[in-house]
Amino acid sequence: MKLTTREELDDTEKYQARLQVAAVFIIAAFGVLLARLLVLQTVQYEYYHTLAESNRISLVPSPPNRGLITDRNGVVLAENRAVYTLEVYPKDIADLKSTLRELSGVIDLNDADLRRFDKRLRESRKFDRVAVKSFLSDAEVARFAAAKYRFAGVELTTRLFRSYPMGTTAAHVLGHVGRISPRDKAALEARGETPAYLGIESIGKDGVEKTYEAELRGVAGYAEVETDAAGRGIRTLSQTASTPGNRLRLALDIQLQKIGEEAFAGRRGAAVAIEPATGDILALVSQPSFDPNAFVDGIDPATWRQLNDSRDRPLTNRPLRGAYPPGSTIKPFMALAALETGTRPAERSIFDPGYYTLPGQAHHYRCWKSEGHGAVDLHRSVVVSCDTYYYGLAVEMGIERMHDFLARFNFGKVSGIDIEGERSGLNPNEAWKRARFKDKWYAGDTVSAGIGQGYVLATPMQLAYATAVMANRGTAFRPHLAKEVVDIQSGKLRRVQPKPEYTTHFDEGNLERVLDAMVGVTQPGGTASQAAAGAPYRIAGKTGTAQVIGIKQGHKYRESEIDERYRDHAWFIAFAPAEAPRIALAILVENGGHGGSAAAPVARKMMDYWLLGKMPDAPAEVAQ
Amino acid sequence: MNPWLLRLWRFLARPLDLHLLALLGLLSLIGLVTLYSAIDESMTRWSGQLLNYGAALLCMWLVAQISPARIASLAVPLYVLGLLLLVGVALNGDVVNGARRWLHIGVTRIQPSELVKLATPMMIAWYLHRHQEFLKPVHFLTATLLLIAPLALVLRQPDLGTAMLIGAGGFYVLFLAGLRYRVITLLMLLAVAALPVLWSSMHDYQRRRVLTLLDPSQDPLGAGYHTIQAMIAVGSGGFTGKGWTNGTQSHLDFLPERHTDFIFAVFAEEFGMLGAGVMIGVIIAIVLRGLRIASHANGLFARLMAGSLALSFFTYAFVNIGMVIGILPVVGVPLPLVSYGGTSLVTMGLGFGILMSIHRHRSNLHAT
Repeated sequence: MKLTTREELDDTEKYQARLQVAAVFIIAAFGVLLARLLVLQTVQYEYYHTLAESNRISLVPSPPNRGLITDRNGVVLAENRAVYTLEVYPKDIADLKSTLRELSGVIDLNDADLRRFDKRLRESRKFDRVAVKSFLSDAEVARFAAAKYRFAGVELTTRLFRSYPMGTTAAHVLGHVGRISPRDKAALEARGETPAYLGIESIGKDGVEKTYEAELRGVAGYAEVETDAAGRGIRTLSQTASTPGNRLRLALDIQLQKIGEEAFAGRRGAAVAIEPATGDILALVSQPSFDPNAFVDGIDPATWRQLNDSRDRPLTNRPLRGAYPPGSTIKPFMALAALETGTRPAERSIFDPGYYTLPGQAHHYRCWKSEGHGAVDLHRSVVVSCDTYYYGLAVEMGIERMHDFLARFNFGKVSGIDIEGERSGLNPNEAWKRARFKDKWYAGDTVSAGIGQGYVLATPMQLAYATAVMANRGTAFRPHLAKEVVDIQSGKLRRVQPKPEYTTHFDEGNLERVLDAMVGVTQPGGTASQAAAGAPYRIAGKTGTAQVIGIKQGHKYRESEIDERYRDHAWFIAFAPAEAPRIALAILVENGGHGGSAAAPVARKMMDYWLLGKMPDAPAEVAQ
Repeated sequence: MNPWLLRLWRFLARPLDLHLLALLGLLSLIGLVTLYSAIDESMTRWSGQLLNYGAALLCMWLVAQISPARIASLAVPLYVLGLLLLVGVALNGDVVNGARRWLHIGVTRIQPSELVKLATPMMIAWYLHRHQEFLKPVHFLTATLLLIAPLALVLRQPDLGTAMLIGAGGFYVLFLAGLRYRVITLLMLLAVAALPVLWSSMHDYQRRRVLTLLDPSQDPLGAGYHTIQAMIAVGSGGFTGKGWTNGTQSHLDFLPERHTDFIFAVFAEEFGMLGAGVMIGVIIAIVLRGLRIASHANGLFARLMAGSLALSFFTYAFVNIGMVIGILPVVGVPLPLVSYGGTSLVTMGLGFGILMSIHRHRSNLHAT
């Protein structure tokens, strides 16, 4: 401890003096505050009390009309419907329980309604109005109107609700809106968008409703409302109109969509139709589907569980989320690879005894036709879908060259479609396997990859995109659902300009050979000849069958002996007319068996409609 | 009492000044009760704030473990870091509501001016402590420059409220170190003379706030709205208040920013003059306890720092309440330990932690 010098003592005294000055100062300062409070709260109390009592002009937001969504021909797919809603002011009701009991004699209130009401009541603020039930029927409205005198604090209001008139049709494309959740709120806050949502109760949760949320949303208006002391509106003083959201026109043709969905006839699967020259998505089918209307006012837990737990997974957007082995549909791309990489000339024939063996190994990689196809050249390999041809081709080409070539058709990458949730599929190579399994790549891996099995995975969206690129001779237009946005304020159109995403160049002669072979698939002798029979236009296509389970050596796959869920998936990819393609398709029927018999007829129905305007034999009904 | 619990309590309470702790706890309790009403009884936000209090308490306890000498040795690095971050903000900050205050650091955003609020008085106190044997005018001049550097950077953002708080924190150190009254008077005259310059360099919204203070009714729906609604809330509270969660001004959405900067209006509306008097009493008691710790502090750094911290706390509370009841312009200063928000709470926790540490290492010369 230092000695205390005379000087330091002086300093200390000076410091203590300063502290005392400070103490006096702060007490004086707080004295000023207290004096001011005294004036405000006692002397001027009457004045401010009156002001607070008459503080009755409040701003009430009026929600905007959300923008309409239509298909390419203007058919409305999402609109807004005025809905009668019964609301209560909990503050004005002495006994909420008995009021609800009495109400249930006038309108239908089931347990789910009451549970939802409890939830909303808990989330509400002290002076909020809380909805008891929405979507009242006309009869309920009439009964309540007659009995209204008995219910103080209960009011009938109209609110706008999103409505999807097509029901389950195109549900995965549209997505749905829902009440803004705490998580949505946090996300909006993080992006600084909270102010835009004043007075807005719902937000796009999925599909184009989510992607184009900012366009569809609109801007809320305000009404200056005179209120009584409890905050209830008495009369509107002035109003600032809300600005409706912009209208979204999709590239989708709802009639084509409907035909596609009905062609599945209850089977599970996916279909994607693209206009090759623009990237317009004409149809995006995911079966089974769900009714998005159930989500609009908050889905009730029972319905949610039923949808979410269903073995058929109706909520899954199969064209984007379903990654399946592409099976034989990969063969046209492999055939083009054979020519472009110079691995095999088109004329060279191989002999197919019904199986393929790697040099020095006994394992039989079987062709789907156990007795073999005999001599097979490139054209025939596509037309009859010879597996043996492609086992050998893949080994000769090597996995790296195969991977690089398939990447030019966007395998293993997302297409970039304008709704969320797309999966990238899998275009495997040695580096991938090392990173994923810490294992080296075996020759056998290449063999199965050659026929689109093994590690190879693709979504229906990817196969449709690849087919469109093939149809377009190497020019890729990014697939998109939105065609244009109609600005409601100015009436101006903002078109989604189709511009090539990338171009990949092929030798014209090589391309012609492959396209010719794909046309052969739909001609007599080809695997899809039956489904294409009698078509007045030429179809280039390829069937495919994706294995769900492996078959043991020496065993045979017999459809009738296998549980339905383990049967093969059926694929068909196609474009037409072959010489000037206007539509490119990928169809997948889960556990459908053969591509030619299960998937190709779906494509045929869709092409007939799109190219000829022909309706299927059992006409699809489209509500107009 | 269970001997284990007793030992745990002794361990936890050892570094703390229990008088100060009790007063802080009382003010925090008032804060939590008021907040519950101000956020319309939303439990999620309320419990979030409870966590913020926990974090602040932990910060305080941890800092209280560190000796004042060790704290003093942190002054230079913290001050330099604070200045660098402020320069970073000026060059590359995020603009929110027209002011550049936030800086992105990896995943999160920080407001460096919060750090500077503590680091600047620390730096000045450390500097004066180093030269305490012969404090000459030149040292005070250097210390003033150390204050002006961060002040200018924060003013540029622009953040008038925080600049004022930093300026006050630094000034208190100079004042307690014995800056002559003659010089102080001179500085004040200079400040008055500089007012026209300051006015011309102010942003429009800042000028509006000052004009609004002179006559809020000039612009009742614009800049004056906050002040008018807050004054109606406070005034209509009367002597005894409207009762907890029954304030009409706050619950009918008339009062803006009611859980943050204007929370005092909610409190005064619901608890009246009586409640407001109690709250101000607790605040005065906290400041006086802080000054008492300062008067017993050991060494110049500890003295200056403790005094500056206590007086800064007074300033925050005074500026906030003054703003709510319409005697000071509207600047974004929260009511310490009451307003919603984690940053301000944690800064407070750190500050009071330093005070606790100084108390623990107090001089025996004046011990009571």
